[in-house]
Amino acid sequence: MYSEKVMDHFANPRNVGVIEDADGVGEVGNPVCGDVMKITIKVAEDRIEDIKFQTLGCGAAIATSSIVTEMAKGMTLEEAVAITKQQVADELGGLPPAKMHCSVLATDGLKRAVDDYLVKHGREPIGGPIVSDDPHFDPHEDDGEV
Amino acid sequence: MIGMDGTTYLDYSATTPVDPRVVEAMLPYLTERFGNPNSLYRLGREAHAALEDARERVARSINAAAASEVVFMGCGTESDNAAIFGITTANGRDRGHVVVSAFEHHAVLEPAHALAKRGFEVTELKPRPDGTVYPEDLEAVMRDDTVLVSIMHGNNEIGTLQPISELARVAHARGAAFHSDAAQTLGKVDIDVQALGVDAMSFSGHKIYAPKGVGVLYLKRGTPFAPQMLGGGQEARRRSGTQNVAGAVAFARALEIMDEERPTEAPRLAALRDRLVERLLARVEHARLNAADAPERLPHIANFIIPGCEGEAMLLHLDAAGFAVSTGSACSSGSLKPSHVLLSIGLPPELAHGSLRVSLGRWSTEADVDAFIDALTPIVEKLRSMNPLYEKTIAALERGA
Repeated sequence: MYSEKVMDHFANPRNVGVIEDADGVGEVGNPVCGDVMKITIKVAEDRIEDIKFQTLGCGAAIATSSIVTEMAKGMTLEEAVAITKQQVADELGGLPPAKMHCSVLATDGLKRAVDDYLVKHGREPIGGPIVSDDPHFDPHEDDGEV
Repeated sequence: MIGMDGTTYLDYSATTPVDPRVVEAMLPYLTERFGNPNSLYRLGREAHAALEDARERVARSINAAAASEVVFMGCGTESDNAAIFGITTANGRDRGHVVVSAFEHHAVLEPAHALAKRGFEVTELKPRPDGTVYPEDLEAVMRDDTVLVSIMHGNNEIGTLQPISELARVAHARGAAFHSDAAQTLGKVDIDVQALGVDAMSFSGHKIYAPKGVGVLYLKRGTPFAPQMLGGGQEARRRSGTQNVAGAVAFARALEIMDEERPTEAPRLAALRDRLVERLLARVEHARLNAADAPERLPHIANFIIPGCEGEAMLLHLDAAGFAVSTGSACSSGSLKPSHVLLSIGLPPELAHGSLRVSLGRWSTEADVDAFIDALTPIVEKLRSMNPLYEKTIAALERGA
């Protein structure tokens, strides 16, 4: 049911951990739903210089977290928050429909970390709404991004 | 057992391999004795004789009063559906009250939900945190118009056994029929339908080393029943469709082996399970056994919570390491909710997401159990080290405990 690339990122996740002196921190998800993700970033000249994650969740949650850190590393903050759940899924060679919400967790975590950095520096957040901490968040509902 | 692909199989409650002795018994009815048991010529009579012999052997095993009370069906789910719909809607009834326990298999819950949509009233009775439905709790929800009570014999996820004879007595005292899903208990514990006092009981072949695609409904003589499969009137009009003769023969042979081996096999499995529980709880910090206080349980099932780990992630890592087990996490079911069984016994969802079910069987060994724990330990460590909430989770658990 999972692609080879999902299984690779699940079994050998990249960028696991916490950046201790992080510039931005994003924590999303809800343990009631079984998925929680924390992203920490280092920012230099509005670019993501370093990024690490921790995730409690299923195979897809861990794999999407891992791939989103790879995708975002080196991106400008604007580029990073523009990553969509579909791009995350595509990068992994696809996700089963029931697992698409896991990629929302990953993009939400990234948005929140970026916004945390911006707000700490007195700037306007750019990430937009976060959907994945709502315990009633329905992964099967199309949010129009696909 | 080491399967063909090197997997150590620890999921016998999901399904079982067909025992070679069962294959041997059923094979002739797939090939040279292929007749339709309803045909009058010799090939048909041979098949008919085999079918009726299988029926008698099953009836004897469960101590049915007559072989005709054994109805062969397509699977355990069909047997549950037939009992729920067949008994409640008999004689044209379209209203009434039905009680099912909240931790039934979906094969009972879904028919009950369908009845609710058709105008029946359905009560889902919660088990207590020890995984047991108590007769006084059933008594409290019974009504004068209760038509049917359905409570499973043994729970498929947590392995707890229900006091069926007492529960059946409560149902009968209020004029309701009593059905029990015994897919998990057949062959594992002694089943005497007359002593249990059930009106209907459902069984499945592939849980007892017979193939998938054969089930049995025990239907006590005189129980009102509307057949759900209509056609040629086979199985004394209770289940139309040409009988699966090879499946019935396999079912009877498989049950015979279960009965023969139970005196040694049940204690062997219970000892194996106890070894698993003891060693896993000692090795994996903060792990707990679900429904640990149950008064009675099946010998072969143990269900654990591994706090700070998500079930599907554990299952996938275990699969990669060569072990097959189950989980009640949401992600394994394709929904957002973890196992309804674990929620029904009062586990919070955040813990239920971290459940693991290990179910042992005929080819399970001490070496399998020990190797499983050796494989699980580093997986738990790895997943916990990636969990952003791990310290908080454990602190909350310790406050609660």
